[in-house]
Amino acid sequence: MDKKTALPASVRAARSAAKADPGFDDSAGPIPTAAMHADQIRSLIRIAKRYDRLFALLGLLAMMVGILTLVALFTEMVIDGAPRLNADFFVSFPSRRAGQAGILSAWVGSILVMLVTALFAVPVGIAGAIYLEEYAKKNWFTDIIEINIANLAGVPSIVYGLLALGLFVYTFGFGQSILSAGLTLALLILPIVIVATREALRSIPRHIREAAYGCGASQWQVVHDHLLPYSTPGILTGVIIGMARAIGETAPIITIGALTFIAFLPPLPGTGEPPAGLFDWLFSPFTVMPIQIFNWTSRPDPAFHQNAAAASLVLVVMTLGMNALAIWLRYRLRKSIKW
Amino acid sequence: MSTALADLPLTGEARLVQMARAKAARKRREKAIEFVLLLAACVSVFTTLGIVYILLKESFVFFTHVPVWKFLTDKQWTPLFDDAHFGIMVLLAGTLTSSAVALSVAVPLGTVIAIYLSEFAGHKTRETLKPLLELLSGVPTIIYGYFALLFVTPLLQKIFPELPGFNVLSAGLVMGIMIIPYVASLSEDAMRAVPMGLREGSYAMGATRLQTAVRVVVPAAISGIASAYILGISRAVGETMILAVAAGMQPNLTLNPLEPAATITSYIVQVALGDLPHGSVGYQTIFAAGLMLLLLTLAFNMLGYWVRKRYREAY
Repeated sequence: MDKKTALPASVRAARSAAKADPGFDDSAGPIPTAAMHADQIRSLIRIAKRYDRLFALLGLLAMMVGILTLVALFTEMVIDGAPRLNADFFVSFPSRRAGQAGILSAWVGSILVMLVTALFAVPVGIAGAIYLEEYAKKNWFTDIIEINIANLAGVPSIVYGLLALGLFVYTFGFGQSILSAGLTLALLILPIVIVATREALRSIPRHIREAAYGCGASQWQVVHDHLLPYSTPGILTGVIIGMARAIGETAPIITIGALTFIAFLPPLPGTGEPPAGLFDWLFSPFTVMPIQIFNWTSRPDPAFHQNAAAASLVLVVMTLGMNALAIWLRYRLRKSIKW
Repeated sequence: MSTALADLPLTGEARLVQMARAKAARKRREKAIEFVLLLAACVSVFTTLGIVYILLKESFVFFTHVPVWKFLTDKQWTPLFDDAHFGIMVLLAGTLTSSAVALSVAVPLGTVIAIYLSEFAGHKTRETLKPLLELLSGVPTIIYGYFALLFVTPLLQKIFPELPGFNVLSAGLVMGIMIIPYVASLSEDAMRAVPMGLREGSYAMGATRLQTAVRVVVPAAISGIASAYILGISRAVGETMILAVAAGMQPNLTLNPLEPAATITSYIVQVALGDLPHGSVGYQTIFAAGLMLLLLTLAFNMLGYWVRKRYREAY
């Protein structure tokens, strides 16, 4: 269609014709009839296409709102935080003087809590997923577990904090310790690990299982020798995404009553008096990165806000780095595995 | 059987017996493994039971001190004062206001983005923009709290000079941007599931892209889009740190987003930060508040499930 025949006169004619038509329906646009001139029809199309382009622009603008927010967030963090990001910041304890405060106890705490989370969530999540995907018969009990996992994914994280406060801290007597925090976050990310593992298992074709059974393998041998190795990249992706979520979680850890000012390191794993002392670190008070950020953000002194910005930068690099790793793994997996 | 004999290859009946024994042992081991796996799968059920048990147990003690009708009708929330009032309405008002602000950002933007990504953007644009958008949901919420308090609030104060340093508006706006990816990606999934034939039919009748998107694709995907909105609501209701940092944690019975307010979630954080003795009424309030929150999100999740079932268009 020739775009250059855009005659203003015919456009006007089309519009007035449309308006004069008693059956003109604003929402549906005029219905072209045989009597209408080709130019009129063309101009109608042009008007309709203009709305298409307008909407595409609106869509891009809406995306921009989100992306600009991200850009603003990063710029703000870098401008405020970059001057504080030096080696001292990583090896200093929090302090009353903003200029000397650092995140040593926070990042050590975060890593130890993540260690507990991973040690619990990974085996339990994978085992649960294997049961649901490979062993479970279709009955009411399996249905309950399925519905339950879907529902748990929608429970606000702070409710897990309340569970941990009532159960781990007071009923089991773990106290406000690394163990309580790690287990809480493990429960929180369990649905993520289970869903990812199930998807990875489901993508393995049936004939792999049948071939293994055909060679006389038992069900566990099929799972252990074939399904698990083949689904490792998929499971790993889910675990990393879950851990990235856990490392940024603040609310449940605050709820169990973690302290905000910790100027010492928990005993590191394996350094205590054996045998009981080896587990001292599990019961030590601790702080983690998000709590340190919260603490610094809620102080009125702007000097502490700079510390918060710097710590936020470290945390966001950690989480987004983990997410990027997961995306890369998934990409590699898609390319490398061909059944 | 002596060890020397056992090493010899067995024949006949003895061999059969040995094989049967090995088979039984293998069966036992398989059963044991299955049981362990079953236990792991049950951890999620125990988690739910644990949540319900703990919340009900502590709330029950709380409601023996504070009658339920007072909890629901009192217009003040001052649990830690000498003259204690426990009106959950105050916290609900804060939760409602902040969620409303967040949704008024997330729903329109999320829907437009979903329509754009599913109906307008080319394959390449979609594959570049979508991961960028997903980054929004990967940023820890505490960082959004920092951003709302120290970037968005000063910005808003240029428009509303009277705006206090802590307010629901900036927390709500940032929260809205945070939940855009949830709304957009679920809506987009729903729209992409609409069969191509419907679109082709619409194009064949002379409809444009926008007309097809708004009058054919969106109505066909409405159940998925609605449940995306409902998921957005339940995210907003359960969001904690942004509000705890930027909205001020002051109980305030108001629906005005320009004022500071406490929500159910930020109240829990506030109490947890303090040093409340285990077993006091103040300690139990957070479980009553948590129960309220759980019921609220559960109601929204069930509504979402129902909408999906009820308005699903099957192709």
